[in-house]
Amino acid sequence: MGFYETAHALGHQVNAGMWGQFNKEDVRRSLRKEQLDEHDLQVLLSPAAGDCLEEMARQARSLTRSHFGHVMQLFTPMYLADFCINHCTYCSFSSIYDFPRKKLSPEEVRREAEAIAATGIRHILILTGESRTESPVSYLKECVRILKEFFSSVSIEVNPLSEGEYKELKEAGVDGLTLYQEVYHEETYSKLHVKGPKKIYRNRLDAPERGCRAGFRVVNIGALLGMYDWRQEAFFTAMHARYLQDKYPECEIGLSAPRFRPFLGEYDSGHIVTDRALVQIILAYRLFLPRAGITLSTREPSALRDRLIHLGVTKMSAGVSTEVGGHTQQGGTPQFEISDGRSVHEISEMLKANSLQPVYKDWDMLDAGIY
Amino acid sequence: MSDPFVIGGRSLSSRLFIGTGKYSRNTLIPEVVEASGSEVITVALRRVDPNSNDNIISHIPDSMTLLPNTSGARTAEEAVRIARLAKASGLGNWVKIEVINDQKYLLPDNAETIRATEILAAEGFVVLPYMSPDLSAALRMQKAGAAAVMPLGSPIGTNRGLKTLELLRILIAEVELPVIVDAGIGRPSEAAEAMELGAAAVLLNTAIATARDPLLMASAFRDAVAAGRKAYLAGLGPVEETASASSPLTGFLG
Ligand code: SF4
Repeated sequence: MGFYETAHALGHQVNAGMWGQFNKEDVRRSLRKEQLDEHDLQVLLSPAAGDCLEEMARQARSLTRSHFGHVMQLFTPMYLADFCINHCTYCSFSSIYDFPRKKLSPEEVRREAEAIAATGIRHILILTGESRTESPVSYLKECVRILKEFFSSVSIEVNPLSEGEYKELKEAGVDGLTLYQEVYHEETYSKLHVKGPKKIYRNRLDAPERGCRAGFRVVNIGALLGMYDWRQEAFFTAMHARYLQDKYPECEIGLSAPRFRPFLGEYDSGHIVTDRALVQIILAYRLFLPRAGITLSTREPSALRDRLIHLGVTKMSAGVSTEVGGHTQQGGTPQFEISDGRSVHEISEMLKANSLQPVYKDWDMLDAGIY
Repeated sequence: MSDPFVIGGRSLSSRLFIGTGKYSRNTLIPEVVEASGSEVITVALRRVDPNSNDNIISHIPDSMTLLPNTSGARTAEEAVRIARLAKASGLGNWVKIEVINDQKYLLPDNAETIRATEILAAEGFVVLPYMSPDLSAALRMQKAGAAAVMPLGSPIGTNRGLKTLELLRILIAEVELPVIVDAGIGRPSEAAEAMELGAAAVLLNTAIATARDPLLMASAFRDAVAAGRKAYLAGLGPVEETASASSPLTGFLG
């Protein structure tokens, strides 16, 4: 049984009408508990909890500081290729858009790596559009081989792969997997993913678990907030994380809370996620999963990012370009527009000004052959 | 009274070990060292980046004994590789073995830790294994050549104090090696309690790093550890459930 069945069973109790049944007393009761269960998670995502954000924030901050200290891990994404065979209604890389597609050659990967490593960053996340012909596992492996010379940790954010393929990548030196479900609500998922293999909901939903089984050290999941009712989406994301945490205790499960950003096409889901709602989601994630890493991307504007660093976030991207080769070349198509364009140095200075230590290196994959 | 504390052939005057993680800036480290009076400091090798201009090692005073830890390791093999790398990079031959396979509570894996202890002790490392307080595991680590055992007081980073008190008591009584209580100590009073119990030393990081004033807290722990040790050496008076008469009850027997 995978998370699909679990989610299905949970789905019976979660509906749009249920959130109003909780009151402030329920919130306080949940906040007093040591171990929160799914009921508490619902309480923390409810409108009643929306009126208790300050209390939640205080507890979330102290949990984060005691478990993670005054440090913030920094990483940078590197876009390797923007070829994609899917049509997702919310993305600029969708196959229906006609623009000159790019894929980095090994020399270009090396140049990008040099440019990023020069900023001090030692953790990198590589991304591609979804195309098994343009960016197959063999291509990823070749890139990882180059990147390992510059970075102590390499993670991937690519199309869902089989357990065997994840194992191959792990052997090649990849230690983290990021894979967003985008939308947990199955019907909405099917509407937004019009064409291509990404349409297969379950293949995506089960992929993080395949990653855990393949032995990645870190598996990061998330819902793209703004596509469907955020309370439900956040609920299923956190339950998915808990499911993986319980089943694969050796794997570090992380969460992201990306909000939908403007892109090349036009798409309006009608599900706005306000700053207030985003804060509530991050707090609920922290309280429900005290030890999970929480990643904050540059999708969020600098001013908001500077506030969120105190509320549960433990990892941030910095010095980001969402274009292929964007660190050394001009003129690519960004996957989406970023909001926080600050350099690694600027983000580090901001963190220091907030009494947080930027951490560039937090793990090293040691080569068994050498030691 | 002389009270030598020797580990790995090194004689230490402070029984407080400290950490380097979780600080808001690395430049706090030398100040905390000073305030705590500590002589042993742990550093996570996974965080050491020799190519960075803010390398954590450069903030540690030369007088300190470095205790590189294998945090991040999930198997004995990984811990062994990290320890060897630390030695090869000139960080000395002490190592705190930390093998954690549970990312939810960060509880140590004693079985893997024993395996790593066997390998590294045989290679001449001064091995200090971080462990869940389990007597048979501690005895195996002792047999494997550990220089001390480091049972947890409560899960790492929780500041909950000595939740494992009964088990620590047993370890202190049964294990011949120094028992260093590591993890969970949140207050100076708890550090003092561990020392009163007979712990050889305590190791802590979160309680100092996340205090409002880390330097003041470091000196509070310095005092508490010293006080606890003194009390242990002095021999605590027996605890009586009911008040005992000051003149003996059988005095009339002459
Ligand atoms: S979201 Fe991913 S799969 Fe969908 S169009 Fe964009 S790049 Fe392709």
